[in-house]
Amino acid sequence: MTTCGRRGESLHQTFIKMLFYSFFKSLIGKDVVVELKNDLSICGTLHSVDQYLNIKLTDINVTDTEKYPHMLSVKNCFIRGSVVRYVQLPVDEVDTQLLQDAARREAQQQRQ
Amino acid sequence: MAEDGEPTIGTMAVEEPLDLIRLSLDERIYVKMRNERELRGRLHAYDQHLNMILGDVEETVTSVEVDDETFEEVYKTTRRNIPMLFVRGDGVILVAPPMRGGGM
Repeated sequence: MTTCGRRGESLHQTFIKMLFYSFFKSLIGKDVVVELKNDLSICGTLHSVDQYLNIKLTDINVTDTEKYPHMLSVKNCFIRGSVVRYVQLPVDEVDTQLLQDAARREAQQQRQ
Repeated sequence: MAEDGEPTIGTMAVEEPLDLIRLSLDERIYVKMRNERELRGRLHAYDQHLNMILGDVEETVTSVEVDDETFEEVYKTTRRNIPMLFVRGDGVILVAPPMRGGGM
């Protein structure tokens, strides 16, 4: 991300490089399943996301048999983006055409 | 980096490895990940970190068990299907067109 030189473009650049940040923001309020690198799967409602793809979930429950750390009393959680392996998404909420077009644009922006 | 003066998005030249992935958008791909995991799915989006969105995904997890008596190594695979998946790029090792039969 350049901060000097191409003045007019740097702002546009930083916006375009946040494809997945924008994508997750569009999913706020939807139910997702976050699978962590320690094999824990957490189902919850996406409350918020940031540029690092840190995630806040509300009304969580642990899926995939509760043999992993029981978080029975935990209702909301903050998940550091770097510990996420997968996020399972609701198929109906994803516009694949839009995503593909955005990815193509992002690839072009990234090269410059 | 100097401007190439590229006309439209669709007719970009293939210059760097990430461009090869761009060619696979909306195609089925094979992804090898850390921890003996593999994914096969349709690529919908990616970025420079190799974060990806895959549709209609089949995940294969391979594990080795050593038999207590015979001490032979038994390779087991576990598969599951996920309709739409975000994959974080730091777990990705390689991305390729799907291999059917040959090779692995």
